[in-house]
Amino acid sequence: MSRYLRIAFFAIIVRPILLIVLGMNVRGREHLPKTGPAIIVANHNSHLDTLTLLALFPLRDLPRLRPVAAADYFLSNKLLAWFALNIIGILPLERGGVKKNPLADLEAALDRGEILILFPEGSRGEPEQRADFKRGVAFLARARPQTPVHPVFIHGLGKALPKGSAILVPFNCDVIAGAPFQWQGKAPEFMEALETQMTMLAGQGQFQPWD
Amino acid sequence: MDTPEGLSVRVLWAIGVIYALLIAASLIVAIMKRRGPSEATSELSRRVTSWWFMITIFTIAIVTNRIVSTVFLGLMAFLAFKEYLSLIPTRRIDRLIVLFAYLAIPVQFIFAHQDRYGLFLTFIPVWMFLFFPIAMTLAGKTEGFLRAVGTLSWGMMITVFALSHTAMLLGAGDKAGPAGGAGLLLFLVALTQFNDVAQFTWGKLFGKRKITPTVSPNKTWEGFLGGLATTAVVAALAGPFLTPLSMPWAGLAGAMIAVSGFFGDVTISAFKRDLGVKDSGGLIPGHGGILDRVDSLIYAAPVFYHAMHFFVFSGRIS
Repeated sequence: MSRYLRIAFFAIIVRPILLIVLGMNVRGREHLPKTGPAIIVANHNSHLDTLTLLALFPLRDLPRLRPVAAADYFLSNKLLAWFALNIIGILPLERGGVKKNPLADLEAALDRGEILILFPEGSRGEPEQRADFKRGVAFLARARPQTPVHPVFIHGLGKALPKGSAILVPFNCDVIAGAPFQWQGKAPEFMEALETQMTMLAGQGQFQPWD
Repeated sequence: MDTPEGLSVRVLWAIGVIYALLIAASLIVAIMKRRGPSEATSELSRRVTSWWFMITIFTIAIVTNRIVSTVFLGLMAFLAFKEYLSLIPTRRIDRLIVLFAYLAIPVQFIFAHQDRYGLFLTFIPVWMFLFFPIAMTLAGKTEGFLRAVGTLSWGMMITVFALSHTAMLLGAGDKAGPAGGAGLLLFLVALTQFNDVAQFTWGKLFGKRKITPTVSPNKTWEGFLGGLATTAVVAALAGPFLTPLSMPWAGLAGAMIAVSGFFGDVTISAFKRDLGVKDSGGLIPGHGGILDRVDSLIYAAPVFYHAMHFFVFSGRIS
């Protein structure tokens, strides 16, 4: 049931809004994963980031796409939890070292052939400003070294719906996907490669300041 | 009813001619592609495919009824304005003012739909023009004020106000001539786009002397004058069929569309060059963004509408 609700939500609400109210300029679409398992790594400016990334894939891929989101925020009340789990299809992540292996659910999802969407900045933060990536993504890549990691840079959604605002103002957004890479053997090198990739993708656009 | 006389059959005939040209263009590009496949020919082929989509959407928009036409034209202005705002630097504090600027679009197109000439002319150039700076002043941030108010006002004028003149043509009523307001709109839009293609083609074939080497190095005198002459001839032939203009006046209108269309094209080129982008967006494969497609119309629509209003609708020439 919720599976059909999820598809209907994306087909009837999310996609038309993204098409007309927002508008996406997508570059490097061919780099996006066609099958799972895979890890998509993106910068985070807005709640719209998740919806936009999910809308880049055909509707039939929806069941396999799992945005990883903070359990303490999205499971904080019943209604939000139902929406996050059933409609957005998040994979909740416990923050702050509660479990022995906090990545166990993520690894299991990859083993099922799912595509994880990760925002290693950890929070939406200041809109349209990149924060440092947290290292959890490196530990996940180390645990599943064969899984391709796809860097995606998103620009503009922080202007449309920044943290702390409930009013959507139309702006076009840019989504730039880069070539996938894999775990190379060391966490610092992996994080450095990821940061370099993201900076390179961001450099492909001509983005004006938003201050 | 909005169009008591219904849609003129002349509009349908003209659309038929446009589709015939499109089929011819598709055949020529297909032959070019077969003879010498290259990046240039596949780009050309993407462009022609996009033309099929754009012409079909435009056709549906103008033949359905006047409300659908006006909503379509408003949507086009919205997309152009959004593309503009997404390209320029903006201030976070102005988010709500930008939202008000968007909300001015339906208001402007309602004035056009109701043919309220005075409100149509003053709403953006006077009222929104005065509203933006005071709203920004009351918001309280003076850093970047001049840039913010200047770019927002200019963008609103060049996209929304300029393009809303297309919708005003639909309200010309019995002064619109034998094919009605839809005929005038079709005359303007088809000739503006035809002129783009004609200038491009003449420029590719014979282009040598650059007009604006620092802004748009592909624009040449040969392309500009060849396009101008071709557009004037086509306008002289189509004018008596679609507009109240006789052949010589229609030819002059075509020349005016060609010159103003060229100005719109290079103005948007200057804007893009300042921001360091090649295309204004990626909405239309082979063409770029919506601003890349309507750039000529931004100048041609106000010039054509006001010339018609002053000389023809008033009865000064007939």
